Amino acid sequence: MQSETSNDTLSDTALHVKPKLTVTEFAIRYGFIALTLGLVLFFSIFAEGFMGPYSAVFIFQSVAITGILALGVTVTLVVDGFDLSIGSVATTSLMLSSYVLVVWELSAVTAVGMCLAMGAVVGLINGLLIVKMRVPDLLATLGMMFLLVGLQRIPTQGRSIATGMTLPDGRVAEGTFSKAFLALGRHRFDFFIDNLIPVSVIILLVVGLLVWGFMELTRHGRVMYAIGSNQRAASLAGANVNRYKVLAYMISGVLASVGGILLAARLGRGDIASGNNLLLDSVAAALIGFAVLGAAKPNAFGTIIGALFIGILLQGLTMMNAPYYTQDFVKGAVLVVALVFTFALSKRGGAH
Amino acid sequence: MRNDAVKLAGITKVFGANDVLRGVDLVLNPGEITVLMGANGAGKSTLVKILCGVHTANAGTITLGGEPFSPSSPSEAIRAGVVTVHQSINDGVIPDLDIASNLMLDHLTAPGSGFFLNKRKHRAEARKIAAAMELNVDVTQTVSELGLADRQLVAIARAMAHKPKLLILDEPTSSLSAVEAQRLFRLLDRLRDAGAAILYISHRMSDIRRIADRIVSMRDGIISGVFETAPLDYEGAVKAMLGHAMTDVDVHIPEAGAPVIRLSDISLRPGSKPFSLDLHANEVVAITGLVGSGKTDFANILFGLGQPITGSMSLHGKPYHPITQRQAINAGVFLCPKDRASNAVVQDFDISRNITIPFLDRHSAFSFLNRRSERTKAQCTITDLGIVCQSDGDEIGSLSGGNQQKVMVGRWLSEASNLLVLDEPFQGVDIKARRDIGHKIRETADTRATVVLVAEMDEALEISDRIIVMADHTIVGDHRNDNVDLARVLTQVAGQQSETTDKTEHAI
Repeated sequence: MQSETSNDTLSDTALHVKPKLTVTEFAIRYGFIALTLGLVLFFSIFAEGFMGPYSAVFIFQSVAITGILALGVTVTLVVDGFDLSIGSVATTSLMLSSYVLVVWELSAVTAVGMCLAMGAVVGLINGLLIVKMRVPDLLATLGMMFLLVGLQRIPTQGRSIATGMTLPDGRVAEGTFSKAFLALGRHRFDFFIDNLIPVSVIILLVVGLLVWGFMELTRHGRVMYAIGSNQRAASLAGANVNRYKVLAYMISGVLASVGGILLAARLGRGDIASGNNLLLDSVAAALIGFAVLGAAKPNAFGTIIGALFIGILLQGLTMMNAPYYTQDFVKGAVLVVALVFTFALSKRGGAH
Repeated sequence: MRNDAVKLAGITKVFGANDVLRGVDLVLNPGEITVLMGANGAGKSTLVKILCGVHTANAGTITLGGEPFSPSSPSEAIRAGVVTVHQSINDGVIPDLDIASNLMLDHLTAPGSGFFLNKRKHRAEARKIAAAMELNVDVTQTVSELGLADRQLVAIARAMAHKPKLLILDEPTSSLSAVEAQRLFRLLDRLRDAGAAILYISHRMSDIRRIADRIVSMRDGIISGVFETAPLDYEGAVKAMLGHAMTDVDVHIPEAGAPVIRLSDISLRPGSKPFSLDLHANEVVAITGLVGSGKTDFANILFGLGQPITGSMSLHGKPYHPITQRQAINAGVFLCPKDRASNAVVQDFDISRNITIPFLDRHSAFSFLNRRSERTKAQCTITDLGIVCQSDGDEIGSLSGGNQQKVMVGRWLSEASNLLVLDEPFQGVDIKARRDIGHKIRETADTRATVVLVAEMDEALEISDRIIVMADHTIVGDHRNDNVDLARVLTQVAGQQSETTDKTEHAI
């Protein structure tokens, strides 16, 4: 007993009509990428030395660590969470790896392993605080952030770690950053030109590819997006919501610790003052990523483009002699514009 | 025709290429409740949105008490005396504020109402409004502590504080229990007697029979029938709305198959009477009962959302005691939950992704998803249920309510199950979509046991082979849907609770 009206529309179903792209839709989808390319073009013409392999590699290198952290935040954003502790996990990882190498004089492999385990454990605790103790995500990870910022200073009484430093008990630390560990921050692979691509850039690309593939191509990623959109519906469709949320925070913690290891390897010392900007920069990259390809949701590809966009902008402006203190202003402005792209222009804005 | 009536003449509205309203003429008299009926997409909501200032008509005039009326914003409509209570209750109240502030909200936001708040005066005013509405509540109570019905009444009281010339209610009973609905009806009776024109939109025949002075049917953007002489011609109104008669569905009861799931000595709550029940293949069982009768608890234990206090279950002869929803789904027991917006629809996903959520492992190899397999499945579901859409890639939010519900039911029909439980599958859908969904459930039922939880007796009679009545967390009646003794069913529905008479009236 189908009525006439529904039969008419049914015949359309089979045709798969592609909706025609209006100007606004086009702007929402490709606007940000067009803007990025435009920026590259602009700086290539007006900033001397901007166009070139070394400059390009420098941009990638400058955003590699933030980018890796941003991918972690992206994963937590997907399940409708937020990880504010990534910056302090990264600096804790920086201090921990330095302590293991310089004070305990253990191997590079041990240092890396312990950092990754630390990241996973912090992520696990964050996740359990959120799903078991029902602490709101922002508050749980904010608390963890404070805790870690304090914790990483206790073993050295608030001092940076370097070979030859005096420990609280009066001994002198004799260990050194091993060659293998420093290579993580300083080795460059040949790519057409000798010694071109740093390890951190390779790791960014690999991590980006893995996170993208996991979120977009596997059923686990799909379920995580479902949880982010409607947790109750996902749960009633058989998803183990708590387990996926904990997993997201663990991924975020591990990626943040990777960022910290790379930072330690680049600096060659456990610098207590490093990594202050990591949290804000990586959150900005992840949020800018919402605007890329009109996704209007957290996504790995967008996050990397977002990180690169900031890198290109800062590199270009620096080459055009813009003073360093304008950098945060520029980042903030970009973030605001990107958020307008996401929420005002896209379908998200219309729904509310 | 009276001078103080609301008159609509030749109202048209076009959205893009769609003529949504094609010349609506309608008069709403004071002291009369007009029920507006129409299938999803007939233009009801658009008409309401024009009246309450959300949209502007492309052509036509509205007069309100002789004055021309063309509001450009909801607040303008309210000031002119047209007040709307929307379907979603929480749009009408602010949960974190107390009742007094809610009732006085429009006064608080009005320009020139002073900077400081005189709490005593504020509460006294609010009490006056509440008393006028015979709303017996403590005005200092926070709205979030109230039940749905009280919230709804607060929203209406707030609306009535404007002394409206026209009050519009959009499916106000959709989240109320029978008793709560009765309270609302009594209130509406008083408002009508006080001389307000009321436009009442509903799909529920029981509400319409109770409340209507007059029925207006809409179809394809025009008024297709006006029924105002007593006794009202309900059949005619439905016919005018659908374009064909609402023939009573022939429930042809097929032979039930082997038992699929057996429940023995189950008690749902401590102290509730244990019951046993067999559900068979090729059998559609409707479970009916009041809000709080244990229907939901019953569905929960089948789907692993709760555990029975005592008793055991077996599925195809094997013990069945799910702890998680995943275990239930893997055992072939599916639950299509009620309240699709909060429990089922994933707004960020398109149709195909919404359909496959519970079954992603069947559409993936080594965790990697196979989009083609997902889309094929989705296209089958779209064709099977007659979902009106452009393609399986449409955003779920772009579909009408009835079609969204079809997608949600389609999600659980898309894979074979042993037991399918549908909780209020006809919630907020028009009669046409309800028929489509009902047919599909019946048509696919031969290999599984099917349980449908419905509060409306009409729906139970329409879909089921067997009607089970629950009260006080146990089964109090089991009827073959074949010349059912309705009076007896209704007595059982009412159980031992005191409001017996109210409910019987509502359920019919």
